[in-house]
Amino acid sequence: MSTPSAAARGPAVGTVREITLAQAIREALAEEMRRDPRVFLLGEDVAEAGTPFKVLSGLVDEFGPQRVIDTPISEAGFVGIAVGAAMTGMRPVVDIMFGDFLTLAMDQIVNQAAKVHYMSGGKLKVPLVIRTTLGATRRSAAQHSQSLHAWFAHIPGLKVAVPSTPYDAKGLLKTAIRDDNPVLFFEDKMMYQVKGPVPEEEYTIPFGVADVKRPGRDVTLVATSSMVYVALEAAELLEQDGISAEVVDPRTIFPLDVETLVRSARKTGRVVVVDEGHRRYGVTAELAATIAEEAFYDLEAPVRRVGALDVPVPFSPVLEDQTVPTPEQVASVARELCGRN
Amino acid sequence: MHTPVTVNQAELPEEVQDLSAVDWLRMYRLMATIRAFEEQVNELYLSRRMPGLAHLYIGEEAVAVGVCEALRPEDTITSTHRGHGHCLAKGARVDRMFCELLGKAEGYCRGKGGSMHIADPESGNLGANAIVGGSAGIATGAALSAKLRGTDQVSVCFFGEGALGQGLLYEVMNMASLWKLPVVYVCENNLYNEYTHYRETTAGDILARPRAFGIPAEEVDGQDVRQVLAAARRAVARARRGDGPSFLLCNTYRYFGHHVGDVDRSYYRSREEEETWKAQRDPLKLLRGWMTAAGLASPEEFEAAERAAREEVAQGVAYALQAPYPDPSEVTQHVYA
Ligand SMILES: Cc1ncc(C[n+]2csc(CCOP(=O)(O)OP(=O)(O)O)c2C)c(N)n1
Ligand SMILES: [Mg+2]
Repeated sequence: MSTPSAAARGPAVGTVREITLAQAIREALAEEMRRDPRVFLLGEDVAEAGTPFKVLSGLVDEFGPQRVIDTPISEAGFVGIAVGAAMTGMRPVVDIMFGDFLTLAMDQIVNQAAKVHYMSGGKLKVPLVIRTTLGATRRSAAQHSQSLHAWFAHIPGLKVAVPSTPYDAKGLLKTAIRDDNPVLFFEDKMMYQVKGPVPEEEYTIPFGVADVKRPGRDVTLVATSSMVYVALEAAELLEQDGISAEVVDPRTIFPLDVETLVRSARKTGRVVVVDEGHRRYGVTAELAATIAEEAFYDLEAPVRRVGALDVPVPFSPVLEDQTVPTPEQVASVARELCGRN
Repeated sequence: MHTPVTVNQAELPEEVQDLSAVDWLRMYRLMATIRAFEEQVNELYLSRRMPGLAHLYIGEEAVAVGVCEALRPEDTITSTHRGHGHCLAKGARVDRMFCELLGKAEGYCRGKGGSMHIADPESGNLGANAIVGGSAGIATGAALSAKLRGTDQVSVCFFGEGALGQGLLYEVMNMASLWKLPVVYVCENNLYNEYTHYRETTAGDILARPRAFGIPAEEVDGQDVRQVLAAARRAVARARRGDGPSFLLCNTYRYFGHHVGDVDRSYYRSREEEETWKAQRDPLKLLRGWMTAAGLASPEEFEAAERAAREEVAQGVAYALQAPYPDPSEVTQHVYA
């Protein structure tokens, strides 16, 4: 996995260190838990084990088992409990070990958390963060590899963050914890060891603000989560062909920074949208439609989409690797758009 | 069917012996308010002045009133699709309830919730829920929250026996017991999951289910407000002491259909069964009979209470009928906090 170019880095204020995405997540949680006693963590193997991905290691030592709570394997139950705690003055951060297991908690997320504020006419609120994973290529097969973030972006009342860099992950998670709404926070499980610059100083990143990870002139690659790295590698390939690609990372798919996407589309006139969810009815469809509606007269060609193959994620590496967008695939679609195939 | 008993003259349970005639009359009045409210809802619905769905609580009043009498204002409840009684018993106002049922701006949820979603945090009501069993997590989470915040608030989860079919309930009872959370699970067994007798849907011994998690569970005559209150006080005291959750199985009966349109009920229950419950097991009659026999109130006092309840309901509905609807622009408000 390549690292983002200089443009993808955070502002160089004060001391900047290279840390992993897992460390960035852990720092965000620790800082918010120090700042606000209402913040607590809940999930399977979150305490001493620090989750299978070790993202939460050490937090229980600082904050104790009252604030880093190991639960039974009851996703619906502990998400529901977190909703109730959020409605009554706490700010829970729930860990769902694999994004695939969100299905077990769908009623609590979609019918309860997302609806409470609206149904109560604004009287109740649910300041809840659900951290979970997306992403394939870990050879984990169909029930541990899905990217289900589109489902939640479909539901009014929910917000959905899909960070790609340690810098973005830390700043967005802090914002998510301070937000008064339920936020689904998706981390690509293959990115936890990705390193990137993160300032020592405290910062937050607002939701709904896209980030141009690499500026370019000829084609826009809109990419989410780990697909940002795929797009950046595609941009390198395209550069060899003399095509200048701009990589735009929405960072949150709801709220969505339509303005930045459309500005880039107007500038380049050609757009490829890349996301690791299934292509059909997915994030790529929504982003492509939005760009087409808003920038139609400035487009030189139809917006193209690259998503995960519409099959359950298979185990065998030979099969699985075909299901996820690759830099070559993205570059090839971009070349076609530019009439250079 | 449970064995019909007429007026229970037995000794008052120890937990409620401190209550005076004034207290019992207040509970009688509250039950009468709920009944009059629901009769008015029925009327509104049948006269097509109320949109949507309505599930009436008539026949079950002693459960909500007995349980909520054991609570403090800052304690919380979650309710169900059959929730009007819970909301009123926890302290909601009749006029604002009607406003919500009619989709008016002054409703508890500004008309966005309706009959099945009334929430009133000011009276400790975290909301009725139209997903059967859906609030078990919320109620248990409110109890975890109370514990983490270091208050001695207690959380009550009302649900029908139909919710015994939902896995969520067992997940959260497990955690409530593990973590000794201050929550009381109140199962209102009115014998029917919609149009199906609960014995066709519920295997084994209901009380054995919470007990398997180490949760004390007891069966309560849900038509006798004295027994409900006594059991609720035991459970609430245990929760407030920090000793953990309890489970109350309240046997009760709904007099009307599952919802207002459920008129032909002959395929799932007999008219005779309905008449027996109304004649022999009515919560208002039982309380009145006992209070009269014990010399706690005169016929005039009961009639005055009933009249006051009817007047409150008449005024409330009149107010709501003329109250304004929300501005159409409110449709996009409150999606996000
Ligand atoms: C999850 C879910 N499934 C089905 C329904 C449809 N439904 C509404 S009420 C009801 C029966 C509920 O029975 P019970 O819990 O005993 O409550 P009661 O109506 O008897 O008070 C059903 C099946 C629903 N609202 N939610
Ligand atoms: Mg029932």
